[in-house]
Amino acid sequence: MMAWRAAHGGRVDRSRPIEFSFDGRSYRGLAGDTLASALLANGVHLLGRSFKYHRPRGLLSAGSEEPNALVTVARDAARSAPNLRATQVEIYDGLRAHSQNRWPSLAWDLGSVSNWLAPLFPAGFYYKTFMWPRFAWHRWYEPRIRAAAGLGRAPVGADPDGYAQRFAHCDVLVIGAGAAGLAAAAAAARSGARVILCDEQAEMGGGLLDEPAAKIDGVNSAAWLKATIGQLGLQANVTLLPRTTAFGYFPHNMLGLCERLSDHLDAPPPDLPRERLWQVRAREVVLASGAIERPLVFPGNDRPGVMLASAARSYLNRYGVRVGSRAVVLAGSDAAYAAALDLQVGGVAVSAIADVRPEPSAPALAAARTAGIRVIQGATVLATAGRLRIRNVTLGTVRPGGTIGRGEILACDALLMSGGFTPSIHLHSQSRGKLLWREAERFFVPGATAERERSAGAARGLDGLGAALEDGTQAGLAAAAACGFRGSATPPLVATNELSSRGAPGALPQPGHAAPAKAFVDWQNDVTSRDLELAMREGFSSIEHIKRYTTTGMATDQGKTSGLNALGIVAHGSARAVPEVGLTTFRMPYTPVSFGVLAGYDRGQQFDPVRRTPMHDWASARGAVFEDVGMWKRARYFPQGAEDMHAAVARECRSVRGACGLFDASTLGKIEVVGPGATEFMNRMYVNNWTSLAPGRARYGVLLRDDGFIYDDGVVARLADDRYHVTTTTGGAARVLQLMEDYRQSEWPELKVWLTSTTEQWAVIAVQGPRARDVIAPLVAGVDLSAGALAHMSVARGTICGAPLLLFRVSFSGELGFEINVPADNGTAVWEAVYAAGQSHGITPYGTEAMHVLRAEKGFIIVGQDTDGTVTPDDVGLAWAIGKAKPDFLGKRSLARPAMRAPGRKQLVGLLSVDRSRLLEEGAQVVANAGQTPPMQIIGHVTSAYASPTLGHPIALAMVADGRARVGQTLFVPMPGGDIAVEVTSPVFYDREGAHLNG
Amino acid sequence: MLLIHCPYCGPRPELEFSYGGEAHIARPSPPESVSADDWVAFLYLRANRRGLQAERWRHVRGCARFFNALRDTTTDQFLATYRCGEPRPDGGGSASP
Ligand SMILES: [Zn+2]
Repeated sequence: MMAWRAAHGGRVDRSRPIEFSFDGRSYRGLAGDTLASALLANGVHLLGRSFKYHRPRGLLSAGSEEPNALVTVARDAARSAPNLRATQVEIYDGLRAHSQNRWPSLAWDLGSVSNWLAPLFPAGFYYKTFMWPRFAWHRWYEPRIRAAAGLGRAPVGADPDGYAQRFAHCDVLVIGAGAAGLAAAAAAARSGARVILCDEQAEMGGGLLDEPAAKIDGVNSAAWLKATIGQLGLQANVTLLPRTTAFGYFPHNMLGLCERLSDHLDAPPPDLPRERLWQVRAREVVLASGAIERPLVFPGNDRPGVMLASAARSYLNRYGVRVGSRAVVLAGSDAAYAAALDLQVGGVAVSAIADVRPEPSAPALAAARTAGIRVIQGATVLATAGRLRIRNVTLGTVRPGGTIGRGEILACDALLMSGGFTPSIHLHSQSRGKLLWREAERFFVPGATAERERSAGAARGLDGLGAALEDGTQAGLAAAAACGFRGSATPPLVATNELSSRGAPGALPQPGHAAPAKAFVDWQNDVTSRDLELAMREGFSSIEHIKRYTTTGMATDQGKTSGLNALGIVAHGSARAVPEVGLTTFRMPYTPVSFGVLAGYDRGQQFDPVRRTPMHDWASARGAVFEDVGMWKRARYFPQGAEDMHAAVARECRSVRGACGLFDASTLGKIEVVGPGATEFMNRMYVNNWTSLAPGRARYGVLLRDDGFIYDDGVVARLADDRYHVTTTTGGAARVLQLMEDYRQSEWPELKVWLTSTTEQWAVIAVQGPRARDVIAPLVAGVDLSAGALAHMSVARGTICGAPLLLFRVSFSGELGFEINVPADNGTAVWEAVYAAGQSHGITPYGTEAMHVLRAEKGFIIVGQDTDGTVTPDDVGLAWAIGKAKPDFLGKRSLARPAMRAPGRKQLVGLLSVDRSRLLEEGAQVVANAGQTPPMQIIGHVTSAYASPTLGHPIALAMVADGRARVGQTLFVPMPGGDIAVEVTSPVFYDREGAHLNG
Repeated sequence: MLLIHCPYCGPRPELEFSYGGEAHIARPSPPESVSADDWVAFLYLRANRRGLQAERWRHVRGCARFFNALRDTTTDQFLATYRCGEPRPDGGGSASP
């Protein structure tokens, strides 16, 4: 048996063996191996099953463009990462990797029956087949397709790993540390620029790592790399980021980099993040992202053992691994000859180079002749054979005139192909840079830029190591100069016998007219040239449509190996030039990025800030059940013993109506409006007349937007001639301040007025109920609490328990009520003092649920619950609040529009079920006649509905067309169980005269 | 993430800003002087330009001030930022706040 690992060579550490497992079997690799190279070293070529046909697949490439070898690496149930490319997974002791998309095993996969059914799975299969019957989609097709499809499995546990995020700035960001990138970074750094150099591989060097024979500045490439990277590492103005993928190019030269920190370690320190997101703002960017070899399209080009020539060369030169014992090399580019020569020296028998080009280049032919490798010219491939690994290849001969003859059958266990190299223009395209088509080379190169960036080396279509080093040097100097750094640098000198990487054959010629079956264009999505031709025959011509119809280029590899071949086939098939067919948009990410690194620190408790009131801990200790209101935690109710919410809320409501309740209103938004222009400002903002409000008095304020619809409401107190204390709804505080600031700054800059958010400065303790005055009287100093001195809607300053007090006489419950405002730090002490003082009066803490019931009994609206952004003050019975003599206020002109006064507008009313027993559902529709069937004539909807402990039956608020004129009528609320007859009433159910309020 | 030059604070990341819609839309004054159609145009009709657009931003997590900007909506590049009340630097549009 052949030893797949060569005796020497490569950059792996032969003194450090590594044990790992794949699909439960143990293997041995070497430090420096990827999972791909280590498996190849063990003779394992079958690494996965394809997405649609479940065809056996091996490695196509050696880099991040790999479409086939997707694996799951699992440290445990929660640390399980699917869809990793085996070519990028660094092995460590104990690594456990699994293949995907197969059952029960990789070698015997039941799903592969779809391969035999392939004629039934043409392009657009999903769109065509599952149209009928409609119900079958949910019941039958979708569950089965979902079970059979999909790539890998998401981990089942919460991700236990940590992820870091960092912002960084630099003068020159260089993407890619191959020859061009290293030269660019070195030149820019020598000019004095702050440089960040990142590269997706574990080791910097890019394609140079595969070129041990190259000589640069008189030394071999390994020594040059060591010296160059070492020198960069010593410079204080340089940051080196290996294992770091630049995945996204965002506006204004912000790039997203993902640095992998611990995935390659067998025992990561617990405090080491798994990955780090770098958000780099660069003044200039150099894209040295290299080029990717293109496959050739021919029947059976997907068998394990069929591989890119550059990949075979990389496995040999970088990892010391032979990809087979007997190789046939398919040359669509001179690069294939370079691979053939290296492999032959490395101990792989090269049966032949089958050159698919009409005219192979002379230097390539000479090199093959010198090495004694047979070259077959004018070749094509008619078929390959072998179930889980290629066994032989059937060549064809392209005769003069274009007819195809049958050629010889060559036995092989590796078929290596090269269709030339495609520049990696992804990031340039993401940055909205333009692309240029080069017809001679048949690839796109970067054109006009939209950001401060330039491409260098192979990424802009240059050929060869010398050109890359020179171009990189110039790009680095130019980028530094654009940042104001003057420098000079001499490009490194290269001595090597280079063969060109050019070439673009794409689909190989086949006999007959129809495209061959199983000639794959997109390996990962199982798209063949026949699928593309079918799509064109069915009338698709835009590449964007063909992409979506056939799914070519839509997998995790985003068409890195398939894009240009697909484009070439469509252009050829429709007799158009490639630029006319167009190119699908490159989108971020360049390679898949974990959700973890994007979330970063924003998870768990850090996902969203939590706002707690000063009295939160008191409520929590009393067993309060909290609800989220915006970011706030609000006590919803305080259950006692085995009480459920209904029982607790009923008890709390009865306490407020009968004795006294204690409520935490600290979350109400509070804005101080101060200055000589304060009254004029308030007059222009709110509908009310503030000129007539005396200091020490308060008023219910209504705020509209200029469209005339209710935006917010709240009690506004005039503390002094030039000072207002404005309260807003809990959720509306920020947007009300934003609206006020907008008008203050943009419309009325002449008004002398200042706005300050004071929401968190005050703890607000509402004491509500007939005993409220008795409860607080012993605690308050400096305020006359009598009804005559402190009437309803008044405000006074004093002290309570020694703390400064702003005392409001206001009520949202309909009872005698006070709102004690004290500095937030005094909140808990004052709350506890009030609670203690209230014990003899039956004081009861209540939550937001009881508050809602109490206000609904009084017909007080909640903005955003009873209103929905289309409601005017008159619609909800608040026209009385409008200062009608005012020349202007927000929304005044809109209220005069005819539609705002037209009959038929919905108005706020109360609804009671005729039998007084039915609790309506909030959101339920209201109709005028019983027994309707859809589509019904809707005349309104229920906005609030509660069981009212005070009235002893359910109540509801509703918006009903011409509702006020319907009071007394019977309407209907259609529900699944039948219509509910309801009586239209006033929205005020309790104490219509306000006797309790004014007590 | 855009890099936005607040006219008061200098360049800051987009995170610190909120968007304020099209700029130089004057609120008719006094409002009752305008026709219903003109008022509706003020409330609801926006140019939504493809290309250079004058728009409002607020440095809400910085100095909290509103200002105006000229941005190309096809490239996201800013031509200029300027204070409220100042005319469009390119001379286009109307010059009101
Ligand atoms: Zn600012």
